Amino acid sequence: MYATTYHRPASLAEASALLANADEAKILAGGMTLLPTMKNRLAAPSDLVDVGRLAELAGVSLAGDTLTIGAATKHYEVAGSATVKGAIPALAKLAGGIGDPQVRHMGTIGGSISNNDPAADYPAGLVGLGATVTTSKRTLAAEDFFAGLFSTVLDAGEIVTKVSFPVPAKAAYAKFPNPASRYAMAGVMVVKARDGSVRVAVTGAGGNGVFRWHAAEAALAASFSAAALDGLSVDAGDLMSDIHGSSEYRANLVKVMTQRAVAAAG
Amino acid sequence: MGVEGIGARVQRKEDKRFITGKGRYTDDFKMAGMGHAHFVRSPHAHAKVRSIDTSAAEAMPGVIAVLNGTQLVADKVGNLICGWMIHSKDGTPMRMGAWRAMEPEQVRFVGQAVAVVIAETKNQARDAAEAVVVDYDELPVVVTTADALAAGAPQLHPEAPGNLIYDWHIGDEAATAAAFGKAANVVEMDIFNNRLVPNPMEPRAALASWDESEDHYTLYTTSQNPHVARLVLSAFYNIAPEHKLRVIAPDVGGGFGSKIYIYPEEMVCLWASKRIGRPVKWNCDRTEAFLTDAHGRDHVSKARMAFDADHKLLGLQVSTVANIGAYMSLFSSCVPTYLYATLLSGQYNIPAIYAEVKAVYTNTVPVDAYRGAGRPEATYLLERMMETSARQLGISPAELRRRNFITQFPHQTPVIMCYDNGNYGAHLDAAEAAADVAGFPARKAEAARRGKLRGLGYSCYIEACGIAPSAAVGSLGAGVGLWESAEVRVNPVGTIEILTGSHSHGQGHETTFAQLVSERLGVGVDQVQIVHGDTDKVQFGMGTYGSRSGAVGMSALLKALEKVESKARKIAAHLMEAAEGDIVIENGELKVAGTDKKLPFANVALAAYTAHNLPAGMEPGLKEGAFYDPQNFTFPSGTYIAEVEIDPATGKTEVVNFTAVDDFGRIINPMIVEGQVHGGIAQGIGQALIEGTSYSDNGQLLTASYMDYGMPRADDVPSFGIHHTTTLCLTNPLGMKGCGEAGAIGSPPAVINAITDAIGASIEMPATPQRVWAAINGGMRAAAE
Ligand SMILES: Cc1cc2nc3c(=O)[nH]c(=O)nc-3n(C[C@H](O)[C@H](O)[C@H](O)COP(=O)(O)OP(=O)(O)OC[C@H]3O[C@@H](n4cnc5c(N)ncnc54)[C@H](O)[C@@H]3O)c2cc1C
Repeated sequence: MYATTYHRPASLAEASALLANADEAKILAGGMTLLPTMKNRLAAPSDLVDVGRLAELAGVSLAGDTLTIGAATKHYEVAGSATVKGAIPALAKLAGGIGDPQVRHMGTIGGSISNNDPAADYPAGLVGLGATVTTSKRTLAAEDFFAGLFSTVLDAGEIVTKVSFPVPAKAAYAKFPNPASRYAMAGVMVVKARDGSVRVAVTGAGGNGVFRWHAAEAALAASFSAAALDGLSVDAGDLMSDIHGSSEYRANLVKVMTQRAVAAAG
Repeated sequence: MGVEGIGARVQRKEDKRFITGKGRYTDDFKMAGMGHAHFVRSPHAHAKVRSIDTSAAEAMPGVIAVLNGTQLVADKVGNLICGWMIHSKDGTPMRMGAWRAMEPEQVRFVGQAVAVVIAETKNQARDAAEAVVVDYDELPVVVTTADALAAGAPQLHPEAPGNLIYDWHIGDEAATAAAFGKAANVVEMDIFNNRLVPNPMEPRAALASWDESEDHYTLYTTSQNPHVARLVLSAFYNIAPEHKLRVIAPDVGGGFGSKIYIYPEEMVCLWASKRIGRPVKWNCDRTEAFLTDAHGRDHVSKARMAFDADHKLLGLQVSTVANIGAYMSLFSSCVPTYLYATLLSGQYNIPAIYAEVKAVYTNTVPVDAYRGAGRPEATYLLERMMETSARQLGISPAELRRRNFITQFPHQTPVIMCYDNGNYGAHLDAAEAAADVAGFPARKAEAARRGKLRGLGYSCYIEACGIAPSAAVGSLGAGVGLWESAEVRVNPVGTIEILTGSHSHGQGHETTFAQLVSERLGVGVDQVQIVHGDTDKVQFGMGTYGSRSGAVGMSALLKALEKVESKARKIAAHLMEAAEGDIVIENGELKVAGTDKKLPFANVALAAYTAHNLPAGMEPGLKEGAFYDPQNFTFPSGTYIAEVEIDPATGKTEVVNFTAVDDFGRIINPMIVEGQVHGGIAQGIGQALIEGTSYSDNGQLLTASYMDYGMPRADDVPSFGIHHTTTLCLTNPLGMKGCGEAGAIGSPPAVINAITDAIGASIEMPATPQRVWAAINGGMRAAAE
């Protein structure tokens, strides 16, 4: 790791000011992705601004049909939260399947989505559930937030503060983990919204990060059953291919995981 | 047996310090003024080194020195050696390319060290290492075993034309050809044994210092065999003569073979400590471990088995290409020859065997012994062949094996080994009962109703442990003898220190060696201290690998204990005015048989040290040493049965049951033995299912972290069923065979045989979900790989 200066601001405003004034500052949340990257000397921020304890980024709450999760909320808290389990059990399950206990006790939802690893679970959760991301500057739809492999539309110094999810009629997340890393080789969030519309969001497989499988959405909107997907397939040409899985294999996994998610959603 | 003697489940004495974080590993040692080393490594798999510019690095903050291979060569530091000479079929010696600890001219694998920076802090060393400018001229690269011998393949070493190190053979070619000539059935297979990265929990480390006033060096390091390290460092690398070099291997967090060898980094730290006049600390990080710890396995084989009309084996013919990597590591030459092909008879009566092995250089990390070392490769080949043959011949896999088991002992195989004792049918029977093979069809049908494919696979393994009779291995090319030593020091108060040349890095010697003392002298294990891992304390020893510490190390200890007992009996007889022959040692007391006269062992010890009243002419003290040279290898064997369930939609395999029935001979501590078997099977399941080492065409290691290298985790393995049958080893005094590697040797073929049973198609290791899915979906296989 290169030398860096660590800051722990007391407020969101202070955090923003620190970020604006430092040379090459980075936001630090759980550190589960950023710190290994720094240890491997692949990132060299002059300053680290720790947002993990900011009150503005904390908490899980349900107001009407909207579940809101503070950006600094740890995977472990989401997985165990009675509020999340009651409103969107699929989201609690997703969080409980991230990494291992150590990672879940440190990693945060804000850190995960800001990092936008193409094999991370939350991006599928957010896009599938039609979530809204609020930052220190603006509020935008999750689909507009993610911008391809490891990138988002966040400006320098912009801090994600919370994520809001409309409570769906039903939803389920099915993940096929990479045997080595346990990140998703294909993770699919299938959601039936209260208005009857269906969203299918896929992580781990897309050549350009999280994506919606529109053909599956249409088929499921017509008939919400695993069998409705029998004749469909995703185009392997758009998918990732690496030593763990060819694009053909991933195309298969996307379909199988989608069908399993549909079955689990009931 | 006493409560803490042979056969007792004594809790591990060493665990208290490990569990409470009080272990003392190499990195826990600090020395005043120590500098920190960071190595500059080649980013290329094959390149000429045109120049190394260290000027910018030298000017960086905290930098003490920047050294490279040119200075190493100028200081006449020796090249790394390979300690076992193999001769090719034509009698020519193996062709070994020069391996320098830091390479000044031509790098041959990604991660090879070219320079080292030593600085006040680790971070400063790393900063400066980035400022070392190395100008490379890239060369073409060869990475796969199969490509290495191809015409026109890039050449690694001028000493080894065609990248061929040796073309060796064993067995009787003509007799084997004749056997195939009269065969009723011949089964042929291509078999690939995947390359593995050892991954001990503690990465390698070194702390080296040089004392100017004495011209004496000390090296703390992660070694399985500190005396061998010292011998090699002094005799071959010219670091210092042995009496001027102390090697300490303190607590070591696992090795699995990878810490047998003397690597460039440890040697450079020693050399550099004198050059800079300050201690040097080096800590390997995990990525460096992937890039530099000797890898394991990596064989490509063609095998043929000949059967007569009754399905009895007539012959076996094997041709293997073994990938040695870019350089020949310390024991790399013997692993694919004498530790592999000598086990190709397995548990079977095979009248004729002929095996050829070609060892080749590639632009990859050097390959050497890794848990099992050659024996897993032999077992995998044989047991895949036996299971596949049974299916092709239409006979049950168990029946085919039973029909061919060796049942008379001693048994001389056609490939050197002479098995002393065993009962192969016994463990096969026990395993079939424990695994409820009879109930398998019902379980398979039930799984099918859930849409799952269920399969059952066997593996009947044999291995050779207790390495090894010195004269025998010497005649086969070994550069060292493989005896072991022990010393028993009884203190005046009757407590005991055992000095052993065996090294414990996870095996639990501090407990099991103490149990042997407890068994013999009747003292509690807490009265016994095991001292090991320090060349200043222990006179000499060959270290721990090849499941040798029980069979060889404890045999040496037994010999030394017998000498102590003999002297103690003499003293006791003298003190109690009895005949020496009437003295028995029981429960910590020396008794005159048939009387109530007795003396506590501690009183006899005290008498030995006060020396006020000893038999005439007897030397004071109670301390004895012994060397033990085994007469033969030992031959643990067993039957493993794996039961898997496969999700055909994803190709994911779950090992749902795993039954192991091992014959390890005498067992000192069943709990520790079970732990060894658990760990071994976990590694074997890892090899079978997820541990795949992958290189890109240009020689970059693609699986250089846990993001990409599949290490097995607790939930990748089932709860094991571990059982034992026992036949004693007849060639060592305790009847022990060894248990350290069996799990890793026996399990991969059981798992793969179970998968092929489930899917009805052949598959290679690691049988990752993608591979299994592709195999199930036949035609899509090519596209998916
Ligand atoms: C062993 C291991 C296994 C893992 N397995 C999985 C898995 O299975 N599935 C999965 O989805 N993830 C997995 N992860 C990743 C894990 O979920 C991380 O916690 C997550 O990616 C990053 O969250 P963090 O809070 O640790 O962020 P950090 O590492 O602190 O930061 C990550 C990035 O986000 C930025 N950032 C952080 N917070 C904010 C914010 N509020 N606003 C703007 N930018 C911000 C940082 O500047 C940095 O660039 C794994 C990680 C590890 C180490």
